[in-house]
Amino acid sequence: MLKRWRQTVTATDLVVWAIGLAIGVGVIYGSIQTIRAGQYTAEQWINLTIDGLKLGEIYALIALGYTLVYGIMRMINFAHSEIFMSGPFTAVFLAKYLNSIGFYNTYPIISLLLITLLSAAVSATLAILLERIAYRPLRFAPRLVPLITAIGASFFLQYTFRGMYGNDPETYPTFDFLKGVFQIGPIPVPKTDALVIVAAVVMMLVLYGIVQYTKIGKAMRSVSEDKETAALMGINVDRVIVFTFTLGGISAGVAGILYSLIFHQVNFYMGFIPGLKAFTAAVLGGIGNVVGAWLGGTLLGLLESLGPNLFLSGLGIPAANQLKDAIAFTILVFILIFRPQGLLGERISKEKV
Amino acid sequence: MSKKLFVSLFVLLLGGMLLVACAGQTLECTDSIGCVEVKAGDPVHIAYAMVISGPDATLGTDSRNGAEIAVFDKGGKVLGHDIKWDGEDDQCSAEGGQAAGTKLAADPTIVAVIGTSCSSALRVAMPLWSSAGFTVISASNTAVDLTLAGNENNHPGYLRTAHSDSVQGAAAAKFAWEKLGVKKAATIHDGSIYAEQLQQVFADTFTELGGEITAQEAVSPDQTDMSGVLTSIASGAPELIYHPIFVQAGVQLILQGRQTPGLENVYQMGADGMFSPDVMDGAGEAVEGVFVSSPDTSKFGPDYEANFLPAYMAKFGSEPISIFHAHAYDAMNMVLGCIEKVAQGDKEGGDMLIGRQALRDCMYATKDFTGLTGNLSCTPTGDCADPKIAVYEYNTGQFPPTKIWPED
Repeated sequence: MLKRWRQTVTATDLVVWAIGLAIGVGVIYGSIQTIRAGQYTAEQWINLTIDGLKLGEIYALIALGYTLVYGIMRMINFAHSEIFMSGPFTAVFLAKYLNSIGFYNTYPIISLLLITLLSAAVSATLAILLERIAYRPLRFAPRLVPLITAIGASFFLQYTFRGMYGNDPETYPTFDFLKGVFQIGPIPVPKTDALVIVAAVVMMLVLYGIVQYTKIGKAMRSVSEDKETAALMGINVDRVIVFTFTLGGISAGVAGILYSLIFHQVNFYMGFIPGLKAFTAAVLGGIGNVVGAWLGGTLLGLLESLGPNLFLSGLGIPAANQLKDAIAFTILVFILIFRPQGLLGERISKEKV
Repeated sequence: MSKKLFVSLFVLLLGGMLLVACAGQTLECTDSIGCVEVKAGDPVHIAYAMVISGPDATLGTDSRNGAEIAVFDKGGKVLGHDIKWDGEDDQCSAEGGQAAGTKLAADPTIVAVIGTSCSSALRVAMPLWSSAGFTVISASNTAVDLTLAGNENNHPGYLRTAHSDSVQGAAAAKFAWEKLGVKKAATIHDGSIYAEQLQQVFADTFTELGGEITAQEAVSPDQTDMSGVLTSIASGAPELIYHPIFVQAGVQLILQGRQTPGLENVYQMGADGMFSPDVMDGAGEAVEGVFVSSPDTSKFGPDYEANFLPAYMAKFGSEPISIFHAHAYDAMNMVLGCIEKVAQGDKEGGDMLIGRQALRDCMYATKDFTGLTGNLSCTPTGDCADPKIAVYEYNTGQFPPTKIWPED
């Protein structure tokens, strides 16, 4: 036993484990220090948790787009962050128009539905076009080719939107009905946050339901398992792929509106960072796995929000919140090292790679 | 054989004498770091390096407009030569400064650079420009170290008409302490040298006055989610948050600060980097009551109201969109004035030479220059400002904000 162990473990493994252990000890030590210092009240911890959740659910919704496409096509659609940007960056003009004619806050629910519909429609259309123009001709090309195409498409879309709508950020007007907080017991939850979390979770449940319990969902899963066999069984693979991209586009468009409800400002590069984070979330949960995307997104949001204040400030790092993006990407690196298949992912077999 | 050699030597000698004679007829550059030669019909090239795209575009565009009015006032000419006025985007970042710096430094026709907009950009661009021999004068760099004698970021050839932040940060602290009666404050910077030094000056002055700094936090310039940093700040229960950063992150801090439990009614204060209509547009109703410190336009010379503002309106169709237009106007006039003084040769549009060191010397020797922003006199390290700082308060949908301090 020991002998076999000695043969499989290399020096690199030991170094990597040592680094992992050091970080683990740092995190635990930092957390203990912070909690002992008692800088934050219980209410503030709850606030941070809510902030983490709302970001996490948005990441999860975007991550679904990465994960669905990966499940079917075995490719990372790096242009997904631009699909996410296109919806809200278009819908902001509708929102501003509705606000200027006074419709926006008189019929807020209808307005919200209208801008969400527009955003989802734009994102979905773009996703379908992208698949048709950029990815379909490359379906049988080596795996690296569509990946590079996706990166190119990402830049192309970013600068197309910059050309169309300009450099400057646009601002979503505020909904009056989303001001203020819900008092849930002793905990004040900002109405916007509550709406974002609920809407994102509902949206994900719907998507999960489609994938698990509908006929087209069944077709998606079978194409994901084996494209050729699925085609032989009479499944229209093209249709399934288009449907997958549509689902991803819709979830990105909705996520974009939820994101805009929180941060208000939209611009042509707004997709970049959330896109990367969502990709991290998808990898964290296990890319190709729908539940994994949700789990990864939620965990990432919570870690980002709680992490700097919990373990970094406890380690005496000044201005710790500056490092929240660093936390997200450190996690990505360590997942790729220790558990490349992600938390819920199955080990990718040789045939699939 | 020796005859041939003698003849060829003679020819060489003759040729050499001829060359020397020719050089004598034209101008000879005696400047220690070289000259810019401007032939008859050639333009005098002055370049800008300002932020003209992205979220801080109003800052640079406004300064560029100000300098352009100075060119316009001169009829577009200096000493009978056209003024060639073009430039690069400094993007308000070190990366942008590197790109603009390299590009401009490679152009030997450039006499002077007006810029940059942001201190972070200047920090990387200035070493390049300094060794290229340019005279550089900025209308809006306010970071302290740029004109600090002996500092690694102070380079020969650099001047500014903007105030140093040692003045602005101290004024902001005084305002918070005296006018608002605030005892506890927190600061946030975005990692730019401008913001980092400004909040440090504020913190030092505020502590000296007897106040307490509860936290000195940082965000990144394009960060959107501020909840972590704001909750962390809320745990110290400050009465004022000083965030002298730029538009994009600044707007998010204002918006989210108003929603963070414990910070809903805390004063928020920025600096001149946030004096922009984009802050008003972006923050919507949350902008109500946000303070910014900035140069005091009401203390500007009479020419500002009488001539400059109408010219700006006429040429660009709006009120000034930021705060450093007058500083840029003064900067351009100082450069043009010194070019007139130091140029050698034909001063009516013919061939002339502009000594690079001579131009720098002339700029540093500026004394009691009557500009829009006051009486400018330059220190040996390039501080030319006549700093007058005021504090303004934003109201929803109103730009420019209202001046509230000092009361006079």
